[in-house]
Amino acid sequence: MTFYKPIQQARRVLDQQYHTPLTIEDLSREVALSPYYLIRVFKRTYKQTPHQYLVQRRIAKAKELLRTTDLPITEICLAVGFESLGSFSALFRKLAGISPSAYRSCVQTHPDPKPAYIPLCVCVSHGIEDHLDR
Amino acid sequence: MINRLSVATIWVKDQNEALRFYTEKMGFEIRADFTNGDFRWLTIGLKEQPDLEFQLAGIKLSHALNQEDVNHLTHLVEAGQLGIGPWKTDDCQKTYETLKAKGVEFIQPPTDRPYGIIEAIFKDNSGNIMVLSQDKPR
Repeated sequence: MTFYKPIQQARRVLDQQYHTPLTIEDLSREVALSPYYLIRVFKRTYKQTPHQYLVQRRIAKAKELLRTTDLPITEICLAVGFESLGSFSALFRKLAGISPSAYRSCVQTHPDPKPAYIPLCVCVSHGIEDHLDR
Repeated sequence: MINRLSVATIWVKDQNEALRFYTEKMGFEIRADFTNGDFRWLTIGLKEQPDLEFQLAGIKLSHALNQEDVNHLTHLVEAGQLGIGPWKTDDCQKTYETLKAKGVEFIQPPTDRPYGIIEAIFKDNSGNIMVLSQDKPR
């Protein structure tokens, strides 16, 4: 996969600022591309729009906080960049399959969690060259 | 030399639905859950068996599966051809009653087998047919 530098930069911005109220206009300014072009090339590169990536990044961080902390769900919601508990819970359930509280109650907790790991054979068969948590 | 298995695969029609089934009805815990684009690496495991996990592999169009693969795998799962197991329990009758009360579909209640086990057969919510098995005391 060939990465276009401003698109990589856009993903870095999303990774670093996912907890802020980031808009597509903010992101476009950061990487000096028009919103339309940014969305189009980002999607072609990463198979999802910047907004989809941002939501996924926020939910991934929420899962990590549910797994590793005792923070109340409302605090987790705000910490990962959502402004409404309702929309956070609905998106979490849509993407994760279960509610944040159910997720917390059935996720394995480690005092010393292992690094995230997807077996290489799976990465190869699914064409994954890098993933969020590796 | 190889000394153990760490991950086995359960093919499922919908990862979210399967996660609800295996956590809410079957009592499994989530072990790993990472998403990259439209790929989700989702594994579950039994609290009593920390070194073995099961990938809930979603059957959908992807880099790895074309439409023909999806159709074929879906057919095999719905026909119960890809189930794994047996799942072991200390009390087949009690586990059967607990799971049945939670809505798990059994296609055979606990049955005494002449070869030293009691076994029941259930389906997950994708259609995978699995055996619940108890060793009888010798």
